[in-house]
Amino acid sequence: MRTLLKNARLVDPEAETEATGWLLIEDDMIADLGTGAAPAGAEVERDCKGLALAPGIVDIGVKVCEPGERHKESYRSAGLAAAAGGVTTMVTRPDTMPSIDTPEVLEFVARRANEAAPVRVLPMAALTKGREGREMTELGFLLDAGAVAFTDCDHVVANTKVFARALTYARSLGALVISHPQEPILSAGAAATSGALAALKGLPAVSPMAERMGLDRDIALVEMTGARYHADQISTARALPSLRRARDHGFDITAGTSIHHLTLTDKDADEYRTFFKVKPPLRAEEDRQAVLAALREGTIDLISSMHTPQDEESKRLPFEEAASGAVALETLLPAALGLYHAGDLTLSQLFRAMSLNPAKRLGLPCGRLSKGAPADLVLFDPDAAFTLDRTTLRSKSKNTPFDGHQMRGKVAATFVKGEIVHEAP
Amino acid sequence: MSFSKSHLLGIEPLSPTDIVTILDLADSYVDLNRSAVKHSEALSGLTQINMFFENSTRTQASFELAGKRLGADVMNMAMQASSIRKGETLIDTALTLNAMQPDILVVRHPHSGAVDLLAQKVNCAVLNAGDGRHEHPTQALLDALTIRRVKGTVTGLKVAICGDIAHSRVARSNVQLLSKMKNQVRLIGPSTLMPSGFESLGAQVFEDMKDGLRDVDVVMMLRLQKERMDGGFIPSEREYYHRFGLDAEKLSFAKHDAIVMHPGPMNRGVEIDGELADDINRSVIQDQVEMGVAVRMAAMDLLVQARRVRDARGPEEVMV
Repeated sequence: MRTLLKNARLVDPEAETEATGWLLIEDDMIADLGTGAAPAGAEVERDCKGLALAPGIVDIGVKVCEPGERHKESYRSAGLAAAAGGVTTMVTRPDTMPSIDTPEVLEFVARRANEAAPVRVLPMAALTKGREGREMTELGFLLDAGAVAFTDCDHVVANTKVFARALTYARSLGALVISHPQEPILSAGAAATSGALAALKGLPAVSPMAERMGLDRDIALVEMTGARYHADQISTARALPSLRRARDHGFDITAGTSIHHLTLTDKDADEYRTFFKVKPPLRAEEDRQAVLAALREGTIDLISSMHTPQDEESKRLPFEEAASGAVALETLLPAALGLYHAGDLTLSQLFRAMSLNPAKRLGLPCGRLSKGAPADLVLFDPDAAFTLDRTTLRSKSKNTPFDGHQMRGKVAATFVKGEIVHEAP
Repeated sequence: MSFSKSHLLGIEPLSPTDIVTILDLADSYVDLNRSAVKHSEALSGLTQINMFFENSTRTQASFELAGKRLGADVMNMAMQASSIRKGETLIDTALTLNAMQPDILVVRHPHSGAVDLLAQKVNCAVLNAGDGRHEHPTQALLDALTIRRVKGTVTGLKVAICGDIAHSRVARSNVQLLSKMKNQVRLIGPSTLMPSGFESLGAQVFEDMKDGLRDVDVVMMLRLQKERMDGGFIPSEREYYHRFGLDAEKLSFAKHDAIVMHPGPMNRGVEIDGELADDINRSVIQDQVEMGVAVRMAAMDLLVQARRVRDARGPEEVMV
């Protein structure tokens, strides 16, 4: 089965080009692509009418609430949201109830996930049992069972000895460890970033310096153990010099940031709007600008949705008590395109951060627009404007900070393994 | 009638005119409260519910008395002991009470922003009696009334607020009110109890009492919570008293007629010298308690009047 997509604006994050051309899908692979005359003989031809065609998004850090809280998000609902948002690979978090910390649970979850979700699902496993930071999980068994990375998510492994041993053991397996860089005691109980706004609103706040302290510790441990390390979210200007130094030393360190930290600031959470409560808390505009610049220059490698479904009851509480997190599988692309329209990032820079780099970091063949790569693709109109209505989201939970926002960028079709998994009506 | 607010959630949303309107009416209630028959019919037939999710004796008593003197039916609910313990959410509690058709809800809650949240879910007037570290608007208003009655004005003064600024809703509401009324606000306290960012609100920050108190007209002391005394934020009670406790010597740096205020309850010998607190020539602490009742009467009266005006106009002109 061959499908020809012609007259598309090919966004190639490897070559950093955006040329109009064609792309030929054969079965589940990209068979060929080019800018000249399109080849004949495909069973299906689709005129893309100049829409952008990019490698599908590889989203590291998606929370699906199975097992434990399926009413917040199931693999089915998350998968549909992902497909509608151009996310072709969800790399899922183990911070469920219970945590995904044994090979048995991981296998069960992965099987369910791939039956229910129309997109690829790659599970991560907990680094320590119950994400409690005391004993490492069966990293070897979990790796064999399909874990693509190990993380305790927003739980910092505070015991440095435990973390050092886990990193050393992970290094011997060649496994990637993803950490949440934060000084856990300094940030305990914080609901906001310290500054005039938090002071005025009377919210417990944490200095942005806590992120750097956590990162500095982790970098020292990476130097000590030689582990493969990824910082899940870097959100402050203060952390960037440490990150740059570590990369200059050639340590195996990468870093991500969330779409919310790239597009929102602490001022947006004014009036105690709990849909804007995320972890780490939203930062000042100067931090947002610094993180954007770091993403442009490549100090920060990738953008994640940090999709975290929360039901209304967890959010309809006083700000301090409300749960953290926001859903973002469907809003990741339009929010990111906001950065493109603002002139902050080019389309190929965006897809380098959302598709190519996360795929590379996990050793996946996708995330590229090249011959022989998997046909995981997103076809979208970067200019189509709409007003987000949160009730229309496919996620079971509707906790988006973008409700009512004017956004641009609509997905026309999403392909996974060459098959259409979402098509705009 | 210039006062048109639906709720009193904080000082931040009030204009200087709103503040003056409340203080002017409160002045007349001071007279009423000093007369033989302390009763008005302003809230006659209306229901006032005091919901305190945090312990309070003084503020709750003050609101209760204010409501009763205006003729309202007042009910006190000690929420620490009630259904919140059984897992009911704040919003469910609010909806339940709302169904009982109260006209006024007075709410204190340990979390910042909780009273704002509750006010969005009910259709009666809500008064914030203190939410977390955020605001305590009637305290700032009663402080302003006290200052205005002693100093003749609450504009153009130098006011020092001293002590645990970080955890104090009284400090936040007072900074807002005094800045809106164009006073010079100074914040004095140990650096561990001084949040970052207050300078941007126009306040000057001092870490030394003598520097900060120099030439001020008003000294407001804040209560230091017992749980903050040992080791965590300050080394000890006695070191705190030595450096930040108000005594006659430190007060001598202020203007000779400077007044001393405290929101109560006081820790004598921790933040304030006992004798100074009782000095009727300097301390206006008892006046503050008296003004508290009058200010709360005025605030409730104005909110109810504003609501009546809106109801008379019809729903299409209701302001949020």
